[in-house]
Amino acid sequence: MLNKRGNILINLDWITIAIYFILVFLGWINIYSAVYDENHSNIFDFSQRYGKQLVWIGASIFIIFIVLIIDSKFYSAFAYPFYGVGILLLVLVLFLGIEVNSSRSWFEIGSFRMQPVEFTKITICLALAQFLSSLSFSWEKPKSILILFMLLTLPVLLIFVQNDTGSALVFFSFVFVLYREGLNKVLFITSFALIALFILALVTNLEVLVITILLASVVGYLLTSSRNIKSQIIFYSFLLYASVSIVLINYTDIFLNKEIVLILINVGVVALQMLIMYLIKRSKTLILFAILLIGVSGFVFSVDYLFYNVLQIHQQNRINELLGKNADPLGVGYNVNQSRIAIGSGGLTGKGFLQGTQTKYNFVPEQSTDFIFCTIGEEWGFIGTSIVLFLFLFLIIRIVMLSERQRSKFSRIYGYGVASILFFHVAVNIGMTIGLAPVIGIPLPFFSYGGSSLWAFTILLFIFLKLDADRLQIFR
Amino acid sequence: MKKTGERKYAIIGIVLVLFIIIWIKLFNLQILDISLKISSDNNSQRKLVIYPSRGLIYDRNGVLLVSNEAAYDLMLIPMNMKEFDTLSLCLDLSISIESFYNRLNYCREYSRYRPSLFFKQVTAQQYAILQEHMYKYPGFLVQNRTLRRYKEGIAAHILGDVGEVNLEILETDSYYTGGDYTGKSGVEKYYEKDLRGKKGIKVYLVDVFSNIKDSYMNGKYDTLPEPGKDLTLTIDAELQRYGEYLMKNKIGSIVAIEPASGEILSLVSSPSYDPQLLVGRNRGNNYDSLINEKSRPLINRAISSTYPPGSIFKLAIAIIGLQEGVLKPHTSYPCDKSTVGCHGHPPANGVAKAIQYSCNPYFYFVFKTLVQRGIEKSIFRDSRIGLNMWKDKIVALGFDRAYDIGIPGVNKGQIPGSDFYDKLYGKHRWAFSTIYSLGIGQGELLISPLQMSNFCAIIANRGFYYNPHIVKKIDGDLVKGTNTQKVFTPFDKNYFELVANGMENVVNEEFGTGYYARINNIRVCGKTGTAENPHGEDHSIFVAFAPKDQPQIAIAVYVENAGFGGVWAAPIARLMIEHYINGEVSDKKLEKRIAEENLISEKIKNAE
Ligand SMILES: [Zn+2]
Repeated sequence: MLNKRGNILINLDWITIAIYFILVFLGWINIYSAVYDENHSNIFDFSQRYGKQLVWIGASIFIIFIVLIIDSKFYSAFAYPFYGVGILLLVLVLFLGIEVNSSRSWFEIGSFRMQPVEFTKITICLALAQFLSSLSFSWEKPKSILILFMLLTLPVLLIFVQNDTGSALVFFSFVFVLYREGLNKVLFITSFALIALFILALVTNLEVLVITILLASVVGYLLTSSRNIKSQIIFYSFLLYASVSIVLINYTDIFLNKEIVLILINVGVVALQMLIMYLIKRSKTLILFAILLIGVSGFVFSVDYLFYNVLQIHQQNRINELLGKNADPLGVGYNVNQSRIAIGSGGLTGKGFLQGTQTKYNFVPEQSTDFIFCTIGEEWGFIGTSIVLFLFLFLIIRIVMLSERQRSKFSRIYGYGVASILFFHVAVNIGMTIGLAPVIGIPLPFFSYGGSSLWAFTILLFIFLKLDADRLQIFR
Repeated sequence: MKKTGERKYAIIGIVLVLFIIIWIKLFNLQILDISLKISSDNNSQRKLVIYPSRGLIYDRNGVLLVSNEAAYDLMLIPMNMKEFDTLSLCLDLSISIESFYNRLNYCREYSRYRPSLFFKQVTAQQYAILQEHMYKYPGFLVQNRTLRRYKEGIAAHILGDVGEVNLEILETDSYYTGGDYTGKSGVEKYYEKDLRGKKGIKVYLVDVFSNIKDSYMNGKYDTLPEPGKDLTLTIDAELQRYGEYLMKNKIGSIVAIEPASGEILSLVSSPSYDPQLLVGRNRGNNYDSLINEKSRPLINRAISSTYPPGSIFKLAIAIIGLQEGVLKPHTSYPCDKSTVGCHGHPPANGVAKAIQYSCNPYFYFVFKTLVQRGIEKSIFRDSRIGLNMWKDKIVALGFDRAYDIGIPGVNKGQIPGSDFYDKLYGKHRWAFSTIYSLGIGQGELLISPLQMSNFCAIIANRGFYYNPHIVKKIDGDLVKGTNTQKVFTPFDKNYFELVANGMENVVNEEFGTGYYARINNIRVCGKTGTAENPHGEDHSIFVAFAPKDQPQIAIAVYVENAGFGGVWAAPIARLMIEHYINGEVSDKKLEKRIAEENLISEKIKNAE
C-alpha cells in the first residue's frame, strides 16, 4: 500500500501524458509544414522555426522531469511567493521589456525572448487554488471576496497596461473555477454573459450572436433544471435546433436577407425556451433569465449598430487599434477570410502533408503561431481538425474528471484552473481562425510555435499531474 | 457549506456545447461550403500594397523643405517565376546576366513565396519600357514607392534621412515588410509614425499567367492608403541657410531659440551635407563617404557634442550666488591673480561689472562661498554639502538634462556632483581646492550648445523657459504638451535682470569682451566663453540674446579650435541676430570675411 502510494510512475495519469505528447508532436509537424521551404528541409536546421521548436520540446521534457521530482506540497506552500514573483515580472516587463507588435510584454535576453504573461497563468492558478482552499475563505465574508477580487484583477490590469488584451482575457476563464467552488449561480451567468459579450462586441458578427444566445440558453437550462428524462429530451432538442439553425444561417442568403433570418431565429429560440420553461417550472429565476437573454441580444445589436452607424471611421479605427485588431496593416477582415479559405480548402481529407498552398503563400498571417490551426485544416482536412478538436475536448474533460477525484481542495481547484485556461485558449484560438471569435492573438496550447507558451502550458499541466499522482498521500 | 460537486455537469456541458459549435462550423467550412474551395484555387489572388505618400515638412513660414518623388521598385515572387526571356529583362534594366542571377538568388534566399526587392528604384525611362514588357516576366511586379526630395539642401541634421528598414525594426513593428522605408535619423525618425501614414491594400484576382483580371470581391477587402501627416517645423529656413553659410569650413554649431516660445529657430551643425545625398540609388556610397570623412559631418554637434562652458558659466554662478544670498549686487572682490589667472581690466565693482570684464578671481570667490558654507567643521564634508546644493541649483537652470526636442540623439551633458568626485578621489578626499575650476566653467563640466542656448533663453525671459522644440504643428494642429508649458526656475527675476545688465555691458561698453557682437540699433546682451581643449586650439563660444527688452532671439555659437570666444563666435552671433531681426545685415564686409574664413583644414591636419 505504502509502496503503491509512493511510486509516482504508477500513479501518474498516463492517458493525459499520452495526449500531451500526441498534441506536441502534431503541433511540431504542422509548424514544420507551415514554414517549410525546399531550401531548408533538415529538421535540425536551428535557424528555422521547426528546428527551434524541436529544441524547446526537448527542453520541455527536461522541465517535466523537474516538475515531477519536486514534492507536491511545494506547489501549495509556495503559491503566494510565486504569485508575487509573477506580478513582479509583469511590472518589470513594463519597464525593461521590449515592444513587439505594439504590446510591451516581452523580455529580451540576447537573442532569446520570453513573455512573462505565459508563466503568470501558472502562478495565478496556484495562488487562486491556495486562496480558495484556505480555511479562512468563505463566500459569505466580504473580506474574502475582496481579496479574491484583487488577486485576480491585479495581474489582469497589468497585462492590459502592456497592451496585451488577448492574454488578459484568458484570466476571465477562471469564472468556471469560481463557479465550481460555489460562486452564486446568477453571478456566474452574469459574468459568463459579460465575457461572451465582450468577445462578441469584438467580433460584431451576427452569426456569432446567434450562437451565443443558443449557448446561453443551454447554460441557463443546465443551471436551472433537474436531470429528469423530460428535460433531457428538451436539452437535446435545443442542441439539434441550434445545429440546424447554424447550418441554415450559412445558406439563407440565397433566398432572404441574412440579418432578418438571424433575428427571426433568435426571437424564435428565446420565445420557445421561455414557453417551455414556463410550462415545466413556474419559477421566477426563469423569467429573470429570459429577460437577461433579451437584454443580451439587445445589447449586442446596439453595440453593432453604434459601432458601424454612430462612430466615425477614425473612431472605429481607434477602437480597433485599442483592441489589437489592426495589428496587421492589411486588415483583419482580410486575414480572417484568408484563414477561413485555407481551412475550408482542406475539404474532408485535406491536401496532404506539406501540400498546403494557402498557408505557404503567406495569405494567412502568423501561420506558425496564432494561426497554426489553418495548416491543420488545410493539410489534414475535416478529419484532421476533428481529431485535434476531439483530443483537446478529451484532454479538458479528462482534467475535469481527474480534478473531481482529488482529495485535497487545492488540487481540485488547481485542476479546474488548468482546464479553464486550456479551454479558453483552444476555443478562442480555433474560433478566431474560423471567424467565430475575434483575432486577439493567443496561442493554441502545445501547437503554436514559441518556447514561452509551450513551456508554460507544459508546466501548468504537469504540476497538476504531479498533484494528481500524489493524491493518495493526502488523508481526509 | 453547500455541495457544488453537481456543477461539474454544467461545466462539462458548456465545454461540450462550445466544442460542438466549433465542430459544426468546421463541418460547414470544410465539407459544405464549396465556394471556399474555389477561392483557394491557389494562384487566384494577389495582394498589392499601395504605399501612402510620406508627410511633407515645412519651415515656420511655410517654406517647403521636404517633398516626395515617385519611384518604382521591381519586386519578385520567386515561386511564381516561369521560364521567360531573361535577356530582355536584363536589357530593360541594363544589368548583366551575372547580376541577374545574383539578384535572383538573393530573392530566393529571402523567401520563395513573398515578394522581395529585385531591383531598387527603377528610373523613369526604364519604368516606361518595363511597363510595356511586364506581361513577359511572370513573377515580377512593380511596386510604387515614394522617395524624399530635399529641395532646399539645408538642415540635414534636423530633417535626418530615410532608408530601408533593418531586421530589428522588421521584427518588432509589424507595420513594415522587407524593403520598406523608415526614418533613420532626425525629424524623419522621431516623427516616423506621423510621417509614414498608413498602407493601403488592393486584392486582385489573377489568371494562371499571373495577369491581373479583376479586383477581388468588388474591393471588399481593399483599403485606401492614408497619407502621412505634414509637419511644420519651428525652424526659420532663411536663418538656417544663413547660419550654415556662415559656418562653412568651420567645425561647430549654432542654436537659436525664440525665448517666448522655446521654438528652435535654427540648429546648425557644421560641417553639414546636402540631405539629398542620402536619397536614391547612390545613398549607400554617399553614406559611406560621409561616415569616413574626418570632420564627421553626420554628427549633429548642436545637440550631441558637449564642451566645458568656459566663462559663460559665470552667468550661472552669479545668478545662484545672488539667490543664495552669498553675493550682493554690489559685492566686490579683488582681481587676485594668485588664485586663478586673469587679464588686465579695471576693478570689478559689483556683479554686472564682474560679468562685463569676465573676472576669473571674482567668480572663484563667489563659487568658494557657495561651496564652503561652513555647515560642517570638516572642509571635506562641508564642500560635499556645498557642491550638492550648488548642483541642484545648476540643474534648476536647465543643465544636466536631455531635452526632448523632437529629434533623437540629444546629449545630457555632465554636471559633476559629490558622487562624481567620490568615484574619482574617494569619499571625503576632495574639497573646494580640488574643484574650484568649476567656478570659472572649466574642469569636469560638459554642456551642449542646445543647453547653452536654452540657458540664454532663460536669462532673456528673466527666469523661465519652454521646452526647446523643433516641430510646431502636425497636420496643421499645434503640438501641445510639454512644449507649451512654461517652466519657472527658482530664482528671482531681479537677479536675471542684473545678469542681463552685465551681458549688455559685455557687448556695448568699453572693455567689454564681446564688442564684435555690437549692432547699431539693437541692444544685444552677450557673453564670451572659451572652452579649454586639451587636444588643440581652444573652442570659441558666444551666447547672446536680443533685443534686451522683449527678446526675439537667444543664440549660442560654438566654433571649434577658434580660440577666444570674442573673435569668431561673437561676430557670427551678431550676424545671425541682425539677419533675423532686421532681415538684412549692414556690415557686408564682416559677413564676407566670416563666410570665407577656413578654420577646418588646420584641425584635420592635426588629426592626421
Ligand atoms: Zn580679473
